[in-house]
Amino acid sequence: MIETLKITNLHVSVGEKQILNGVNLTINRGEVHALMGPNGSGKSTLAGVIMGHPNYEVTEGTIELNGQDILEWDATERARAGVFMAFQRPMAIPGVKMADFLRHATTNVRNPQRKEGEQLIPMREFRKELREKMTQLKMDEEFARRYVNDGFSGGEMKRAEILQMAMLRPKFAILDETDSGLDVDAVKLASQSIAEIGGAEMGILIITHHDRLLEHNTPDFTHVILGGRIVETGGVELARELYTEGYEKVRERHPEDAAIEKEMAAKDKQLVGGGV
Amino acid sequence: MATDLTFAPDETGIGEINKYDFVTETSGVFRARRGLSAQIVSEISEMKGEPRWMRDFRLNSLKIFESKPMPHWGGNIGIDFQDIYYYLKPTEQQGKTWDDVPPEIKETFDKLGIPEAEKKFLAGVKAQFESEVVYGSLKEDLAKKGVIFTDTDTAVREHGDLVREHIGKIIPPEDNKFAALNSAVWSGGSFIYVPKGVKIEFPLQAYFRINAERMGQFERTLIIVDEGAEVHYVEGCTAPMYSSESLHSAVVEIIVRRGARCRYTTIQNWANNIYNLVTKRAMAYGDSLMEWIDGNLGSRLTMKYPAVYMMEPGARGEILSIAFASKGQHQDAGAKVVHCAPHTKSRIISKSISKNGGRSSYRGLCKVQDGAVGSKSNVVCDALILDPASRSDTYPYIEVEEQDVQVEHEARVSRIGEEQLFYLQSRGLTEAEASSMIVSGFIEPLVKELPMEYAVEMNRLIELQMEGSVG
Repeated sequence: MIETLKITNLHVSVGEKQILNGVNLTINRGEVHALMGPNGSGKSTLAGVIMGHPNYEVTEGTIELNGQDILEWDATERARAGVFMAFQRPMAIPGVKMADFLRHATTNVRNPQRKEGEQLIPMREFRKELREKMTQLKMDEEFARRYVNDGFSGGEMKRAEILQMAMLRPKFAILDETDSGLDVDAVKLASQSIAEIGGAEMGILIITHHDRLLEHNTPDFTHVILGGRIVETGGVELARELYTEGYEKVRERHPEDAAIEKEMAAKDKQLVGGGV
Repeated sequence: MATDLTFAPDETGIGEINKYDFVTETSGVFRARRGLSAQIVSEISEMKGEPRWMRDFRLNSLKIFESKPMPHWGGNIGIDFQDIYYYLKPTEQQGKTWDDVPPEIKETFDKLGIPEAEKKFLAGVKAQFESEVVYGSLKEDLAKKGVIFTDTDTAVREHGDLVREHIGKIIPPEDNKFAALNSAVWSGGSFIYVPKGVKIEFPLQAYFRINAERMGQFERTLIIVDEGAEVHYVEGCTAPMYSSESLHSAVVEIIVRRGARCRYTTIQNWANNIYNLVTKRAMAYGDSLMEWIDGNLGSRLTMKYPAVYMMEPGARGEILSIAFASKGQHQDAGAKVVHCAPHTKSRIISKSISKNGGRSSYRGLCKVQDGAVGSKSNVVCDALILDPASRSDTYPYIEVEEQDVQVEHEARVSRIGEEQLFYLQSRGLTEAEASSMIVSGFIEPLVKELPMEYAVEMNRLIELQMEGSVG
């Protein structure tokens, strides 16, 4: 059976504000999907809501993993079921070494029934695997001894996210602007890395502004999100077009969604100062 | 892997929370009447067969205690001084081997893992049960080098001149109400003398156990580290949980002579019915180093501010303090550094965690006396608050009487962020594991200063404190 992550008619709000207005998206394992769209169109919200961020309220629609509704699951359960998100801005956890954090995470995800306090993956076995993955990603061994994202450069953070993905071997991975803040070479390396760690076996949703990250991960589908809805789906050529020509043509083709986009942006302005 | 100091490793972690909470049935050989009076103080002194000077010291201290008001700052001290047993002798004599210790008491320390730790990595052990040290050991080679490690009662008998010269000189009974109380009714504690140039490689450990209800434990410790010598002293403490209050009020005096080093580590894990009101102070002389590592996890109320007085040029004082306050607990902990001589250096790092309505306060003094030119002091306080019901306060007192000095103070308060939790949960950690990991990261800079065995224990205790903290 092909494994599937299926999003149907998803409406999401944060506080007073409606952000997603009926997203439909089906990702099969083994497929690469690109999601592109202007700022404020709901890309990161979609990523967060798939992962189970507690601040997002689903007002309508479903998210299903292999036919099972996962909306009631918290992030822990989703991670253990094989869902992964590479964060646009990963959090620093001072004092916690990458290796210790990864050993906990890897144990939990590979053994979803694990209770707290039960044994972790044996140290020797874990270290060997971590070393292999780090070599593959051309990361210095010292990295494992540093505190999680603490004082990392932008590039280091993103590579750390890819390393986590490599260790956790998710079924479905959402990469939220993994290329943001990186220079050309770093994006290239990230793109290669995703392919090398077996991205092909996962179902991947790559959220990006550029086509560079897609270089080694050619999308089977490219989706355009506008005003909180996916308005167009095409192949790899759509991604190139969007990168070179921007979103004006898309807006012209979808005037209603463009109007909603405008409205959302206006509300944003009103809410500025209110801390949004 | 090293094993825990106070309990065997348990893969499941289940049931450990109560490992300290057991009561030992003992017959005890003598118990002073409940309450406090000159007569009871005299009886304790007589019972111990003390010289007259010590009895006078006690009786004078009692007068000072009675004349001093309760401190009006810190926490709420809800003790009825007449409702406490001030002296409880559990056994006729101190054991030189564990076989000499009454079996039920030996079993207590077995459960706490002391004999096992002794075999593995300690240079000497004192085990105090209620008011008396019931077991004492010191590695033979250290004794041959002239190291003295004994209980303070024995020291009064066998090293009377040395004790008389120093006891109550660093912390006089007049210092504060509880120092006066300890000076009146003290019993047990450690006396350590490390001769010139002797460096003790492994720690000396004391373990304090309160077993009886409404008990007061008042150990008195005096440590003298002679020129160029080194020692690491570690104390642990536990008690079973009772509904009525008990009192632990110790006094610890330390002299660190020229070029010597002393490290004093405390892992305090009293039950939550115990008032822990302790005075600790060290005098550090030329080019010496005094370090306090003070971990406070248990007790209802702790008021404790280990101090270093830097008496001669080049002396250094370092204090690392960790406090964890959970439901019904108030940790009023901190440190004092006093620069009395030029070119002295101090550092205070304090980390506190409050959860489930617990309250932790940092209270610290940094004083630079007139003439202490070129002195440097650095104070960093970090507080982590786990939920809205919990509280953290900082009370830094800075008194600088000299111009040519460098004094830095930094304080930070943070809350566990929702985004941090979400990040860790998205990697398969439960919310509880995630909080626990954030907390262990928070104290990591301190825990890594501990020897491995104690670091393991400290982490384990933090995990126990964290259990059930979420939801």
